[in-house]
Amino acid sequence: MREVLSMDTVSFAYETDEDVFVQAVADVSFTIREGEWVSIVGHNGSGKSTLAKLMIGLLFPAGGTVHVFLEPLTEDNLWDIRSKLGVVFQNPDNQFVGATVQDDVAFALENNGVPYETMQVRVKEALAQVGMSAYALHEPHHLSGGQKQRVAIAGALAMDPDILILDEATSMLDPQGRGEVIDLITELRRTTGLTVISITHDLEEVLLADRVLVMNQGRLVDSGTPESIFEQGSRLQEHGLDLPFALRMSELLREAGLPLTGDHMSEEELVNELWTLYFSK
Amino acid sequence: MSFAYAPGTPFEKKALFDINEAVPSGSYTAVIGHTGSGKSTLLLHLNGLLKPTEGTVRVGDTLITSETKGKALRTVRRNVGIVFQFPEHQLFEETVLKDIMFGPLNFGIPEEEAKALALELIELLGLPADVADKSPFELSGGQMRRVAIAGVLAFKPSVLILDEPTAGLDPQGRREIMELFERFHREEGLTTILVTHSMEDAARYADHVIVMHEGHAVLAGPPEDVLTDGTRLEQYRLELPRTVRFQRDIERLIGGPLAERALTEEKLAALIAQRAGEQGDGR
Amino acid sequence: MMEKMIFGRYLPGDSFTHRLDPRSKLLFIFLFIFAVFLANNTVTYAILLGFTLFVIIISRIRFSFLLGGLKPILFLVVFTLLMHLFLTREGPVLFHWKFITIYEEGLRQGIYISLRFFILVLMTTVLTLTTSPISITDGVETLLNPLKRLKLPVHELAMMMSIALRFIPTLMDETDKILKAQLARGSDISSGSVQQRVKAVIPLLVPLFVSAFKRAEDLAVAMEVKGYRGGEGRTRFRKLNWQAGDTAVMIIFGVLCAVLLYLRA
Repeated sequence: MREVLSMDTVSFAYETDEDVFVQAVADVSFTIREGEWVSIVGHNGSGKSTLAKLMIGLLFPAGGTVHVFLEPLTEDNLWDIRSKLGVVFQNPDNQFVGATVQDDVAFALENNGVPYETMQVRVKEALAQVGMSAYALHEPHHLSGGQKQRVAIAGALAMDPDILILDEATSMLDPQGRGEVIDLITELRRTTGLTVISITHDLEEVLLADRVLVMNQGRLVDSGTPESIFEQGSRLQEHGLDLPFALRMSELLREAGLPLTGDHMSEEELVNELWTLYFSK
Repeated sequence: MSFAYAPGTPFEKKALFDINEAVPSGSYTAVIGHTGSGKSTLLLHLNGLLKPTEGTVRVGDTLITSETKGKALRTVRRNVGIVFQFPEHQLFEETVLKDIMFGPLNFGIPEEEAKALALELIELLGLPADVADKSPFELSGGQMRRVAIAGVLAFKPSVLILDEPTAGLDPQGRREIMELFERFHREEGLTTILVTHSMEDAARYADHVIVMHEGHAVLAGPPEDVLTDGTRLEQYRLELPRTVRFQRDIERLIGGPLAERALTEEKLAALIAQRAGEQGDGR
Repeated sequence: MMEKMIFGRYLPGDSFTHRLDPRSKLLFIFLFIFAVFLANNTVTYAILLGFTLFVIIISRIRFSFLLGGLKPILFLVVFTLLMHLFLTREGPVLFHWKFITIYEEGLRQGIYISLRFFILVLMTTVLTLTTSPISITDGVETLLNPLKRLKLPVHELAMMMSIALRFIPTLMDETDKILKAQLARGSDISSGSVQQRVKAVIPLLVPLFVSAFKRAEDLAVAMEVKGYRGGEGRTRFRKLNWQAGDTAVMIIFGVLCAVLLYLRA
């Protein structure tokens, strides 16, 4: 698979006061390939948000390079590259530009000079993709948080992006809204094979990803499949993640004196082992 | 009591219907329900920020009706503290210390006492001691939230209402804040009312649960009963807490109930281990 | 009180007036303001009033709704009338009682001027009631377009206007939340001396500003990432559509002016 985004020994520091720098990202390297769903996790302050800003050219690295679509990201190709990225941010209200749902979806198209007729078609398609067609004429303050985020995703999809970046897009939503957004992303991945990069601390989102990158104190400390990351058990909490329920239960059961063997990602696995080990006799 | 927004106008919108509930003094009550179920409207009634259109709300010895004003409302607000969703949005003072003292001074607590208490709270909430003289806007998100919480605890309310107090925090931050409230609840003998989406938090912390659905209080009682009532909860589009679901799976497997209903993971693990042990002995 | 106020509000609908192009409506209102001053006798004022009522009827707005919503402004109209009644001292005396004297000219002036004011308020209210804020913004931007040559930032102005409109409800909600939070902390805005009340507004204003700036920052980032670089090279999702009806409005307006000019004293 083609590489779509990579970082090569990227570093970045914020200047807080004069000549006082805080290292936000240090020596981070990774490659993301077409069609992958990658979750980036870490504490608040682990550097994961800075990473997002570096990907979309809101910040430029102090050291190293960010490649998007195999091109180094610079001031010159910035706008070109952005037109191929869809980004959804954390606060559903603060990224809603249009007066109505359809105006908001059209915003990026307008900025990129898409012709009138094409625009009408794309807006309709994008709204259909996120299941918000019935709300085309609604105003934002009559929508729930989850609906607003779906509109934001439609706005990104309208530009037919190669990568969708979710920067804590579900963290301000209630469980219902979070469910709506996660279901939508899963569905989009199934139908379009879109590359998704999600910066998150939502466990469910992480479990759905193909690969997880763990950030801590500005460094990339681990990467791998969700299973391999969750095998580390309670160390995960240091990385700003909760343990999946089954994993936590099996740890507690071990503490309670039941020596279990495997690591259990799902409740089903755990129940099955309990059954075979203790209750089937 | 009932409540309607803009009663008597064409924009009238009924939000609460015939609520008859009591929150026992000293309890940790969880109010659960979906967004729009009326739980946030309900909590605003508990300290007179909204007044019932019909019926009454009694807080301690004070009765709130549609007519109540002024002094009675102040008494209620003095005794009932609310930590709103994203409470850091209410910070405004030049320094953290002054912001925490805002509530106490409004309620007539002497300055010296308010200051001493504020400094104590800064420590209790795990904030670095040097934040007292900093601007609240220089702090990190998690610290700002703690300062805002301190600003409510600072006037020593006897009832503490928490509206999704952990929204937007990472898992560790969520856990820390919830443990903090749990400790305050125990040590200060507070009556705590937690408004939440999280069935897990309700299961772990509450000793009384009220379920709201479309403006009605549809279910209330001890969590062992309410949170294990799968059929009713499903009717209100709520899920069983994970521990309860897991216990069901296990019970289905072994063909009989465990000794008790567990609401926390620790308890459940202990019950399962106990059962496994019995099974072993019986062999 | 604010809930019932309709001046400047939009009421979705599908009347002839609703369907008109915002440009023709804006142009009409702009010119109408001048046309109102053509009236100077009973006939011409009657024609203006009749025309206004006609517009309200074809816009399918209920009179009771309109008058109810404009109550605070009606008060101003009556106030204007009274000012003229008591302060103008020209023409024959109509009425005299103790220190109150009313002259004929005062009555005439009072009625004319308050009627003029009332007609203008009615017409602009009909405009906003039948035209969504976003269409008004579009209309203003297109009509002002020629002024771009004079380096007037027309696009930026329109963008600012539309964002402001978009965020009004959001900031209203925010204000309500912050107010409740401070009330719960014992803040008291509705009592005390003026000085105390002004002081009590600070806990409301500071958080509101902080959050508005935060929102502005987030919004700027979101707009930039969506490729916003000002008006240059931008296409538009909304297309204004000048139709026969709009031309008709302009012709009717011409006829109205001609009639007024012919009949005025």
